[in-house]
Amino acid sequence: MKERPLTRNFRPDHEAVRLTAYEAADGYQGLRKALTMQPQEVTEMVKRSNLRGRGGAGFPTAMKWSFVPMGTDAPRPKYLVCNADEMEPGTFKDRALMELDPHQLIEGMVISAYAIQAGIGYIFLRGEYHCSAQRLKVALSEAIQQGYLGRNILGSQYSFELRLHVSAGRYICGEETALLNALEGKRAHPRTKPPFPQVSGLWGKPTIVQNVETLCNIPHIVNRGPEWFRGLSRSEDGGTKLYGVSGKVNRPGLWELPLGTTMREILEEHAGGMRDGLQFRGLLPGGASTDFLVEEHLDTPMDYAQVQKAGSRLGTGTMVVLDDKTCPVGMVWNLEHFFAQESCGWCTPCWSGLAWTEKILLAMEQGTAVPQDLETLRFQTKFLAPGSTFCAFAPGAVEPLQSALKYFDGDFRRHIAEQRCPWR
Amino acid sequence: MLTTEEQAEINEELAHYPTKQAVCIDAMLIVQRHRGWVSDESIRDLADLLGMSTADLDGVATFYNLIRRKPVGRHVTLICDSVSCWIMGCERVRDHLCTRLGTTLGGSTADGRFTLLPVVCLGACDRAPAIMIDDDLHTNVDDHRIDQILGAYE
Repeated sequence: MKERPLTRNFRPDHEAVRLTAYEAADGYQGLRKALTMQPQEVTEMVKRSNLRGRGGAGFPTAMKWSFVPMGTDAPRPKYLVCNADEMEPGTFKDRALMELDPHQLIEGMVISAYAIQAGIGYIFLRGEYHCSAQRLKVALSEAIQQGYLGRNILGSQYSFELRLHVSAGRYICGEETALLNALEGKRAHPRTKPPFPQVSGLWGKPTIVQNVETLCNIPHIVNRGPEWFRGLSRSEDGGTKLYGVSGKVNRPGLWELPLGTTMREILEEHAGGMRDGLQFRGLLPGGASTDFLVEEHLDTPMDYAQVQKAGSRLGTGTMVVLDDKTCPVGMVWNLEHFFAQESCGWCTPCWSGLAWTEKILLAMEQGTAVPQDLETLRFQTKFLAPGSTFCAFAPGAVEPLQSALKYFDGDFRRHIAEQRCPWR
Repeated sequence: MLTTEEQAEINEELAHYPTKQAVCIDAMLIVQRHRGWVSDESIRDLADLLGMSTADLDGVATFYNLIRRKPVGRHVTLICDSVSCWIMGCERVRDHLCTRLGTTLGGSTADGRFTLLPVVCLGACDRAPAIMIDDDLHTNVDDHRIDQILGAYE
């Protein structure tokens, strides 16, 4: 059986792994090893592992770290922030990591903080994740008690304070610069880049923001080595990936599999295929802000390059499946309703364009759309494309729309021609 | 006026951030945990405490989904309306809850027991549809399950 480092400690009763059990399973060994290395050696190790960010954008982790000013002249304190604001619709992977093995995240954060010599860290957790909050609090106090956090960690010269920050909600907080504004107690609008957070982030100090799953990989890379980590994967990018499936399949769920496992394998072998009487029509491979893919793409390996080649993005790796008894126009309406509501309101194309888009899709569902509306929707996908808006929110929002217009064109036309939703 | 307890909890947060404004979201959530919502008076008290203008603080308060600027019932019920729950029937869940409780989305029951609100993806997509009452997540809900669940919240 293939190794599953991220989920190996998960308990069948869904309780959290406590400190003693975590230590018994080689927990905090990665940290012990890291503290004997130079910070740059840790970054070098992560670089050789080919770890890419698991939050959706897939940026190489070590490259991000390499932009942080090092040495005695570097501004201080430096910050490490864990993006635990899992709000991408269809995504439920970070919740599992935090609820079931919270020490793995804490260890990953201490090692990462050591690599960039950060003195302070925050876990930015979404407000609805009460169970994650409780279990992280317990784990944080256990870690402090055992000397894995705080001053002079494990007798070294290195100190790191880690705080849990519970957010009050808004999808845009997942955008790293908006998240920094939220942590500073402001409205969570994205910031202009440059300067990039690695150089000038929280309160103007060097800051690294990483997703939960990304950080959870770090102890294993340091403990077992980058070659071992690359060997876990079926693709050029190292490691395993938490893949999820939701929608009308037989066994919706979450599985840790080699990075590059095909969609078909995940859908059929792990999720048990479509429910009886339903046909597969398409899927969003990595959450609400990724393009639809269809039957012809099912043999695509779920890695960054291959999903992109197929015309979408790996995103969070948690798929949402569309069946033939569910209206694709209704599904896109639901997605755009979400994006229109969650737009932060900072730039006009986003708040105006998405509200307009949602209104048209609702008109289609209610049977009042006109043929011209299809043109307007196509216009919106270009009007809100990358480069036209302040941040990546609106371009992500129109990804499912532009691909739905391509693959489900007949369904849109039927709504207009029949002046009703054929599924209602 | 902030209570001593609220004040103490806010002070605990203040110790860990370099600016007072940084704790304003935590501070509003602390007040909300004690009182159910954040009133105009609380906004003024917190703004004074944190050295912010009331307009700035209210600007922050109204930006975030989980800060409530209106009174709510004893049990806040959040209905996930995002894509996986939509596919699995969240509209039916919403309609059943509205009928059963005799209120609308955004409204509260006459006896002040429940407030119904929509919420974005609760991260329980593999167990959809999902709702959350107070701090409790309920998954794979249907009409029958909802009737059973509601009984536990008086």
